[in-house]
Amino acid sequence: MIKALRKYLDRQERHFLPGGRYERFGALFELVDTFFYTPSTVTAGTPHLRDGIDLKRVMIFVWIAVLPAALFGMVNIGLQANSAMAAMGLEQVEGWRGGLLWLLGAGGPDPNSVWNNFWHGAVYFLPIYIVTMAAGGFWEILFATVRNHEVNEGFFVTSILFALTLPPDIPLWQVALGISFGTVIGKEVFGGTGKNFLNPALTGRAFLFFAYPSEISGDAVWTAVDGFSGATPLMLAAEGGVGAIQAAGVTWWNAFLGTVQGSIGATSTLLISAGALFLVYTGVASWRIMAGVLIGVIGTALLFNTLGSETNPAFALPWHWHLVLGGLAFGLVFMATDPVSASMTETGKWFYGALIGFMTVLIRVLNPAYPEGVMLAILFANLFAPLIDWFVVQANIRRRARRHVG
Amino acid sequence: MEHYLSLLFKAIFVENLALAFFLGMCTFLAVSKRIETAIGLGIAVIVVQTITVPVNSLIHQYLLQEGALAWLGLPALDLSFLGLITYIGVIAAMVQILEMLLDRYFPALYQALGIFLPLITVNCAILGGSLFMVERGYDLGESTVYGFGTGLGWALALVLLAGIREKLKYSDVPDGLQGLGITFITTGLMAMAFMSFSGIQL
Repeated sequence: MIKALRKYLDRQERHFLPGGRYERFGALFELVDTFFYTPSTVTAGTPHLRDGIDLKRVMIFVWIAVLPAALFGMVNIGLQANSAMAAMGLEQVEGWRGGLLWLLGAGGPDPNSVWNNFWHGAVYFLPIYIVTMAAGGFWEILFATVRNHEVNEGFFVTSILFALTLPPDIPLWQVALGISFGTVIGKEVFGGTGKNFLNPALTGRAFLFFAYPSEISGDAVWTAVDGFSGATPLMLAAEGGVGAIQAAGVTWWNAFLGTVQGSIGATSTLLISAGALFLVYTGVASWRIMAGVLIGVIGTALLFNTLGSETNPAFALPWHWHLVLGGLAFGLVFMATDPVSASMTETGKWFYGALIGFMTVLIRVLNPAYPEGVMLAILFANLFAPLIDWFVVQANIRRRARRHVG
Repeated sequence: MEHYLSLLFKAIFVENLALAFFLGMCTFLAVSKRIETAIGLGIAVIVVQTITVPVNSLIHQYLLQEGALAWLGLPALDLSFLGLITYIGVIAAMVQILEMLLDRYFPALYQALGIFLPLITVNCAILGGSLFMVERGYDLGESTVYGFGTGLGWALALVLLAGIREKLKYSDVPDGLQGLGITFITTGLMAMAFMSFSGIQL
């Protein structure tokens, strides 16, 4: 089977090479070929260092790292929805989703059954993910074909990260619109993977956030049940501090394990940390950025704690709560460490990370309009990344010049 | 003190003249190709803005405002219709002085800024700062802080854009979008990231 496929691809290759019949679709052939096989092309120049890690490996590692959080995310959406339905006394999931669940034998809203929860979550997450892949993939392939560059694996990471930052109840056309904006304006107009300056997944997410605020940040979107509305722990924190969160029955351990309302993949700090360890161990993500964000968050939260405020209870939110609430952990591990839009210099990564941490807590505490700050904080730091690099490089040049003059 | 700090924060970030009001776009787009030049122009704008806004505030308070000339025995006189022309006059004079100073002491920067230095005179961000000051009725202390803040905010946005554009030199932008087109898109995306501050009440 595999051999037959290889033979088939080899036979067809000549049509897609320059001068062949389907030369225009060379990128498409590339995509299929490298998806199944390691490319046989090798570097021709003499100074040739070989490393097992290439772009494809990097992207697949990120994908593996995010998988536990994604799977748990599905269970959690189901859990939240089923609990809400059980509480509201609903028996049956409505629409085509209900029919599908019934076929799978997972129809009943039973929050104690992992099987039911998982499938209930899956019927919400998988359509979002499929739409993301289809809409984003369409633009990716269109640009690759017209502009004659390769379809890049970066898109697989962008799409899963984008899908995981959305609330489960978001309309699917918005998903398509968001990923289209992220892919085209955030990345492709600059020339594709590695040429952009903002994180494309977050660009799309921010576009949706500002264009349709009620569907992506309102009360009703976080649990996939019609007519149910409840604030996420982060919104409660903005209104009433730790007291309000605990009054809603959410403990620190709940938030750490991730059995709370929130974006699909961003609730479980525990599983995201596992992904972080994997990424740091394999050397895919920069531990300096992660440490920088942590320092920024802890420092800023402590600063606000000491300042205190009588009117704004969010000032008193301690840093260990900041870390487990909302999308901070997810953004810290998967978004901030995006090697394209982050600072390139090692010293710069510390400043870049710290800026993200600082901005996240600042937005969460000071800005009443946005309960969540991670997304905008990372986009904001993306703007500063090239400048931070420039200053680090200048400082380096000055230091070395001094060494030689003196 | 806290009042001035929050005004400063607001002027730099929340109401950034370049990225929230889109003022001063011509220089913003034209002088953002290199970080060094951008820093130079940024400092020039900060200096001009920090001086012109408080000076215009004084002129407004003691000469133009309705009833400001009461000490001359003209309590009913309202000269605020002369506002625009006066503010621009002050700005033009300031820029002339700055130009001479730069020419004398920093000829390299003077050469690099070229035509855009005199063009600060007609930079909407500078006049915008003065007009906002009048509209919101800032006193002398507030207008000094506001002038410095808006200048710093505009300069910050300019230097950020220059940093990004230096990075984008390595990008592969489609032919039709090269140059100004991609810079407009970049500015729009930057404004989106700066919206993280919108809504902060201080």
